[in-house]
Amino acid sequence: MNKKAIPSAGDVRVSRRQFFKISAAGLGTTSLAVMGIAPTEARAEVRQYKLERAKEIRNTCTYCSVGCGLLMYSLGDGAKNAKAEIIHIEGDPDHPVSRGALCPKGAGLLDFIHSPGRLKYPEVREPGSSEWKRISWHEAVERIARHMKADRDANVVEKNADGVPVNRWLSTAMLTASASSNETGILTQKFIRSLGIVATDAQARVCHGPTVSALASTFGRGAMTNSWVDIKNADFILVMGGNAAEAHPVGFRWAIEAKKQRGAKLVVVDPRFNRTAAVADHYVPIRAGSDIVFLGGIINWLIANDKIQWDYVKAFTNASAIIKEGYSFNEGLFSGYDEKAGKYDRSSWNYELDDKGIIKTDPTLAHPRCVWNLLKAHYARYTPEVVSDLTGSPQDGFLLVCKLLGETATPEKVGTILYALGWTQHTVGTQNIRTMAMIQLLLGNIGMPGGGVNALRGHSNIQGLSDLGLLSTSLPGYLVLPNEKQHAKLADYLTSNTPKALRDGQMNYWANTPKFFVSLMKWFWGDKATKDNDWGYDWLPKWDKMYDVIQIIELMYQGKMNGFIVQGFNPLASFPDANKVAEAFAKLKYMVIIDPIATETSTFWKNQGESNDVDTAKIQTEVFRLPSTCFAEEDGSIVNSARWLQWHFKGAEPPGEAKSDQEIIGELFVALRDLYRKDGGKVADPILNLSWAYRDPKAPTPEELARESNGRALADIPDPADKTKTLVKKGEQLPGFATLQDDGTTACACWIFSGSWTQAGNQMSRRDNTDVGLGNTPGWAWAWPANRRILYNRASCDANGKPWDASRRLIAWNGERWAGIDVPDFKVDAAPETGMNPFIMNPEGYGRLFSVDKLVDGPFPEHYEPMESPLGTNPLHPKVVSSPAVRLFKSDKDRLGTHTEYPYVGTTYRLTEHFQFWTKSVRLNAIAQPEQFVEIGEVLAQEKGIRQGDWVKVSSKRGFVKARAVVTKRVKALTVNKKTLHQIGIPLHWGWEGVAKKGYLTNRLSPSVGDCNTQTPEYKAFLVNIEKIAGV
Amino acid sequence: MPLQSLDILRRSATTTPSTQARKPIEVAKLIDVTTCIGCKACQVACSEWNDLREDVGSCIGVYDNPIDLSAQAWTVMRFTETEENGKLEWLIRKDGCMHCADPGCLKSCPSPGAIIQYKNGIVDFNEENCIGCGYCVTGCPFNVPRISKEDSKAYKCSLCSDRVAVGQEPACVKTCPTGAIQFGSKEDMKEVAATRIADLKKRGYDNAGLYDPEGVGGTHVMYVLHHADKPQLYHNLPKNPTISPLVSLWKGATKPLATLALAGIALGSLFHYVAKGPNEVSKEIEDEIEKEDAQ
Repeated sequence: MNKKAIPSAGDVRVSRRQFFKISAAGLGTTSLAVMGIAPTEARAEVRQYKLERAKEIRNTCTYCSVGCGLLMYSLGDGAKNAKAEIIHIEGDPDHPVSRGALCPKGAGLLDFIHSPGRLKYPEVREPGSSEWKRISWHEAVERIARHMKADRDANVVEKNADGVPVNRWLSTAMLTASASSNETGILTQKFIRSLGIVATDAQARVCHGPTVSALASTFGRGAMTNSWVDIKNADFILVMGGNAAEAHPVGFRWAIEAKKQRGAKLVVVDPRFNRTAAVADHYVPIRAGSDIVFLGGIINWLIANDKIQWDYVKAFTNASAIIKEGYSFNEGLFSGYDEKAGKYDRSSWNYELDDKGIIKTDPTLAHPRCVWNLLKAHYARYTPEVVSDLTGSPQDGFLLVCKLLGETATPEKVGTILYALGWTQHTVGTQNIRTMAMIQLLLGNIGMPGGGVNALRGHSNIQGLSDLGLLSTSLPGYLVLPNEKQHAKLADYLTSNTPKALRDGQMNYWANTPKFFVSLMKWFWGDKATKDNDWGYDWLPKWDKMYDVIQIIELMYQGKMNGFIVQGFNPLASFPDANKVAEAFAKLKYMVIIDPIATETSTFWKNQGESNDVDTAKIQTEVFRLPSTCFAEEDGSIVNSARWLQWHFKGAEPPGEAKSDQEIIGELFVALRDLYRKDGGKVADPILNLSWAYRDPKAPTPEELARESNGRALADIPDPADKTKTLVKKGEQLPGFATLQDDGTTACACWIFSGSWTQAGNQMSRRDNTDVGLGNTPGWAWAWPANRRILYNRASCDANGKPWDASRRLIAWNGERWAGIDVPDFKVDAAPETGMNPFIMNPEGYGRLFSVDKLVDGPFPEHYEPMESPLGTNPLHPKVVSSPAVRLFKSDKDRLGTHTEYPYVGTTYRLTEHFQFWTKSVRLNAIAQPEQFVEIGEVLAQEKGIRQGDWVKVSSKRGFVKARAVVTKRVKALTVNKKTLHQIGIPLHWGWEGVAKKGYLTNRLSPSVGDCNTQTPEYKAFLVNIEKIAGV
Repeated sequence: MPLQSLDILRRSATTTPSTQARKPIEVAKLIDVTTCIGCKACQVACSEWNDLREDVGSCIGVYDNPIDLSAQAWTVMRFTETEENGKLEWLIRKDGCMHCADPGCLKSCPSPGAIIQYKNGIVDFNEENCIGCGYCVTGCPFNVPRISKEDSKAYKCSLCSDRVAVGQEPACVKTCPTGAIQFGSKEDMKEVAATRIADLKKRGYDNAGLYDPEGVGGTHVMYVLHHADKPQLYHNLPKNPTISPLVSLWKGATKPLATLALAGIALGSLFHYVAKGPNEVSKEIEDEIEKEDAQ
């Protein structure tokens, strides 16, 4: 530590000279006071309380997915003549999760609202220009609409080569905002799909994509299983693949609570001793990119040491299921690999079925092809020695984690895992999470209070944007957007997305797909969606391949994209290989930025010296920048990580001429529709027929949109139990998704949100924080699905319906129905004897140790090296080093480095003082962490002659950043594959816009390659070099 | 203002006794260093509530920012990496005013009513009355008060006396994500600390303990430390803080003498004071001291 620069209490050795220096002048003034010159009146009073009559407004923090409650105070008491202006924000003490607390980002929100970076007026940067020009909203909307129409008319694909109507517009892409409300999200969904946009993504793509993929393929739903407060019920907490204390400080309070109240143990496994480790019982270092070895080693250890909750595993997992004969794993490859295509044929990775289509099982687990035996064989290679050799983790640390996790294999002990992007941002991201999900099944920790696999989502509404399907190939409620080959017709779509139960008596909830889908189509196209036109199926865009962000940038880079609409996103900073991204942007004809603050993306054309060395005059992209509202200036709902939909309220008007996203989208849509009405155009029907029955078509309100997400009856809905009765009257809001119909008599934008705004009103704004037990507060806000707070809670009881642990009684079978303190995630009247299994979204009802054919890179997780491996080999199978199912574009392949040129592992991450690239525009946060730095260990620092605070240059094959060096004991050299390995920590928050010290975009370093299943970029393990430089 | 919601115990440089009839409860802030994640929410909330904004600084190779207390930063996190019992520890201590029961700042303050100690334990600065002499800086055993470059007045944590006066907890306490900062009666806080210490001892921290140093009469900001036997580990938290003997010297028996002796010099530098403000040492004194030091 640099003691010289930081004075501290212990250093108070005031020298005689200093003392006199301070006090002599003082003494002078004392004497002057004596002589009557200085003030004489000795009053004593505290500062007056500044909020006495200020108006108080409730809101939800806009940064991460903990979803902390806010109290905002505005100038004036609400009188019409007082112009409201937020003067202070603090935590809402009534909020069940945050209980008044806010992290450094939340505590500094005032400076975000009033940031000098806030955009106030529509602006344009004309082609080749070096400056912004203020324009009117009218001009902005007109010009953008004309650009869009011209591009769409020229490039929309009406039908594919097979004659299938595909309404696909690929030459303009749109990014959507994970901090915007659900109401903005759902309106944007309607807008983009009517236009045929499939090149679209939200931040989920660069963030928790693999979570959805891993958890859905294991448990049936892709969301955090438990809730924030529930973490307090854990006996053991593992933080790995994440840094909960820094990224989710207020949610992490419940881990501390578990420590304090239950004596829980907390262990951190991470490349760095981070701020979570600072309060952990144990810390175990690990090489970035080797998590599957560590976790696979745990599976092996649990099996070898019989730390398995057998009753749970046998009853609720697919351990006993028999897998098809063709399945195999050899030398790093699963069966079915097509080397030329670089893809697997997954047909052998599936259950063996009997004549009736029911899965075959062997309850004795003796069958050589049952999942249990395949699992055992697969992980037998992951011995503690192999683990230590490949991860660099000391063996005693690894074994300690095994032991502590193993202790939770009994019904009375429960462990949980808190993870985030440390697991997702790898080419094996999905499989990292899968491995942990399997461990939790083996230990019987899923469905249990204090258990689960807790994905700590990033943005405040990234869960919501995922729920609303704002990803390239998705639709709301985890329905898929139709594919042109598999789903050419509605019947194909419904058949392939409506699975049959694989065991007798299973709930198989996706059997209801037609109800969800038809109701969605009625929301899209209203009266124009009829049974005769297959509910407007032909108007829905059909995809040919996934247009995720890496694919979008590749197309742009190749000059195949003309337009890019960026809503609340900073892709230049958050996409991989920023230098490539900047080149790609320069090839666009037009770009539209919708954002509350100035982003690097919006000024990609400005030369910033070394950190953005572009030739402004040559960049012909026309850039529009539209100012939007922030959270404090709008009503709406956002979904936290625990799936709670929380409603927030507007506290003040936005600055200048800023408008809400809903208004911006509304104006753009109406302008476009007018152009199509007036001038005609290609594939106009989906636009002209779109249901847009808002009171003000140019400004749909949050309330109107929230009601649409819930859904309403378009005709009287008869009660299936008694047809003479009516369940829901025509025009009424639906009580929940169970009333959805597949005959066009219900409209619902997002089936999983059904129940959020019923006839009884807005359920998301409920504020009853009564704890009904185990920290559960069902009266606070509303959680999807059906207000269930802990997913798969049927599994908290044994096969007979009795809670595994009486002290963790969530629900139980009372002889007639399932009931308790949570809404049963189960058919309420299905008796335990029916044999219905707890994972109701899976057609066999099991939690999957073997993920059947859901994932592209294997039914069991296997360790593959990052694309840039510091070893240059994979000691487990040297012929297959990195994942064989990776998608890698040629242009990106050429930009990969090797360990001989770039010997160190670079890993990027967030610091608790900042949120992504926003808070560098927030003064309070810039003060708390002002300048870009990288973290290196003492040994490497010594080798390179780098001292505390020196300037260093970190380079990869793709680019470099210059930053200060933090030399620390907290990053240790590891021994991996018999060699010393150094890791370099690279916090990601800097750029050239904002009030913090200017810096370099970290993603100049990272490679443009993603997780095999979801294309979430590999930010957590790539190769770099480092050198000391003179100051910048 | 004797009849405000916080009763005054004593005021600097004032001989008039304060009212004594009311007996409000003594409050305290407990900082459990062992559950502090160093997120700096308390720093930010403090600045936000108190309308302070320090300059945007630099990274000097550590996580500490702002790197020191100032008139614009009343609390800062101090990060220390250490290896104790063969185990790496990252000790993070929230630094700021300790609100001593026997406050060295108040005792050394020559300006009437610039420093007030309330009966609930809060030691508050009233900048209106501050003459910027810097005695409080010298008098503080924790090196906390800072003189503002802008107005040459002394500033430090008020324990959010404005919030406490209306029944709220200080801003830093409320915002603390992990509950590492708590607020309540001093008695309750000691009990909370005892529970924490028992838990820490169970986890192998044999020397866990409470920091409530007697040398300053106890404090109204207390720490739970894993290594209470070595407070210096926490970025040099003093082991036995006491008020500087120099303060006693100036403010004790020799005060009249000293005042007389230096009154002449003060008078001599009157024009200097008027021209340059009170926080400047006159050139003559400085030269004189330098000469002495050189000998």
